Amino acid sequence: MEFFFEQLINGLAVGGIYALIALGYTMVYGVMRLINFAHGDLFTIGSYLGLTILTAYTVTAFLNPFFGILILIMMVMALVGIVGVILERVAYRPVRQADRLSAVVSALGASIFFSNMVMLIWGPRFRVYPDDILPRITLNILGLDVPLLRILVLVTSIVLMGILYFFVQKTRTGTAIRAVAIDHGAARLMGINVNRIISLVFLIGPALGGAAGVMVGLYYGQVNFTMGWSYGLKAFIAAVLGGIGNIPGAMLGGLLLGVIEAMGAAFISTAWKDGIAFMVLILILIFRPTGILGERVADKV
Amino acid sequence: MLKHKNTILVLAFSAAIFSCPFFLNAYWIDVINNIGLYAILALSLNFIVGYTGLFHMGHAAFFAVGAYTTAILNTSYSVPILLLLPVSGAAAALFAYLVARPIIHLRGDYLLIVTIAIVEVVRIALVNNVFGITGGSNGIFGISRPEFFGFTIRRPHEFFYYIWAFLALSVFLFHQLEKSRFVRALNYIKNDEVAAEGSGVDIAYYKLIAFVLGAFWAGMVGNIYASKMMLISPESFNFWESVILFVIVILGGSGSIRGVILGAFLIIGLPEIFRQFAGARMLVFGAAMVAMMVFRPQGFLPPLSRKYPLHKIKPGDKTL
Repeated sequence: MEFFFEQLINGLAVGGIYALIALGYTMVYGVMRLINFAHGDLFTIGSYLGLTILTAYTVTAFLNPFFGILILIMMVMALVGIVGVILERVAYRPVRQADRLSAVVSALGASIFFSNMVMLIWGPRFRVYPDDILPRITLNILGLDVPLLRILVLVTSIVLMGILYFFVQKTRTGTAIRAVAIDHGAARLMGINVNRIISLVFLIGPALGGAAGVMVGLYYGQVNFTMGWSYGLKAFIAAVLGGIGNIPGAMLGGLLLGVIEAMGAAFISTAWKDGIAFMVLILILIFRPTGILGERVADKV
Repeated sequence: MLKHKNTILVLAFSAAIFSCPFFLNAYWIDVINNIGLYAILALSLNFIVGYTGLFHMGHAAFFAVGAYTTAILNTSYSVPILLLLPVSGAAAALFAYLVARPIIHLRGDYLLIVTIAIVEVVRIALVNNVFGITGGSNGIFGISRPEFFGFTIRRPHEFFYYIWAFLALSVFLFHQLEKSRFVRALNYIKNDEVAAEGSGVDIAYYKLIAFVLGAFWAGMVGNIYASKMMLISPESFNFWESVILFVIVILGGSGSIRGVILGAFLIIGLPEIFRQFAGARMLVFGAAMVAMMVFRPQGFLPPLSRKYPLHKIKPGDKTL
């Protein structure tokens, strides 16, 4: 039973990271109906930027480590957000009116570009995150030994998701984002600057992905230039699982996928871990293509 | 007049290609062989993506089923390679039917996602040595060579003629099919699914047939690939293989045979020429893909009939 709860917490921590990345997919899909294949690579850029800042400036040396990590995450979020905005301007805006497949290929091209850029800048081998930044504390919660890092990752993800949810649901700009997601033309008629909203979405989504990148670095201790692909795909499954285009859905999907994966690895087989995620995806798409929280959209004629 | 010009072009191209073995070394012949293999694969994918307009990014799965069918039957039961050519195609087609059946009703992006999932599940299943017959991550080795009436194809120069003759056959067959009622129905589905359904085209049936035919052809290429490499492993059939095929079709010109062959030359051939630049060439490759879609989204050589689209998209239309 103890083992079960340990796996549950593992799954939730990883799921929180998936959820953060999934939010980027789901927001972009929501406003542009585009699968941003380069999103996973933006996540990789985030974790490498975090590594560089950590080793070069030792932000945590003269600050409280927790505060230092917070500043680090914010810096990375800002930088990756800017990359996301540039990506949209260069690779997605010009193909917005073209065939759907053009946008998909453009996104794949951007993904290849970014992953190779990371490889050229930071090298092809695994890079190790410094592991002495945060004190290694293990908390005892209800008889379970839980490393503090795991809780921090989970809490940070939940806080970021909460802020995003509040922003999208309660603010004026958030309302504009939701309006653009429903109908670009109508939103434009209501005086919303659609291009600016799309830029904003490409600022927020990748920023969250970048934060997830730093957390993966801290959590697993090592990063690699190809990891964006597998995390991206998992997060994407999470987004579909919850209902793509749906923000609470992405959060739920991410946490759920993390738990399913952790349980699958623990009780079925580690080798099939990724396979389980994909089979969940296939089943969801066959039986409920709009995901758990998604609504059925009528076909446009 | 135009028809004449085309014939001359095709003949010139064929002559140029078939004279390659006389002046290229084994390395470059092998590159051209790969271009040929990818061109056939891309033509088979073109059937699904280019003609029918289905978002299918899991073609490597069908290719894998064909290659593994050949490898398993050849190494364990020593069935001759050439006999396995149609068998591999049929196995891939059957597999395509089984997996496409439950997902055929999915729309655009959802189909794209589920085909990605299928190719990944297939790869993971191969790595995990399902039923103990796929050899796990090491794959299967010791596949024999194709043999024509006692003549065994071994060297790259010999494979060259085998592969490019097969490509020529594929081009001929697909070209004949293009004029058929069947492909016209597929095109109709591509251009306007709702209208096609409204005028009595059984959409699910046609889409399924497109999948099965595309997979059949890919399965046969799997056979050629297995006999050419003599060993196969799951890594040859990962998601990126599917992406490469997809990109060949779209960049070359979706729905156009000439375009797809040109696409194979560009995507498989060009990176080979710039091999010495290692990582940077892929960086440029990615950027070029984006630039291509921005400046010429219809691909290098779009099909000729597409000059008169059914509807023009005006700036400001919501086409997302």
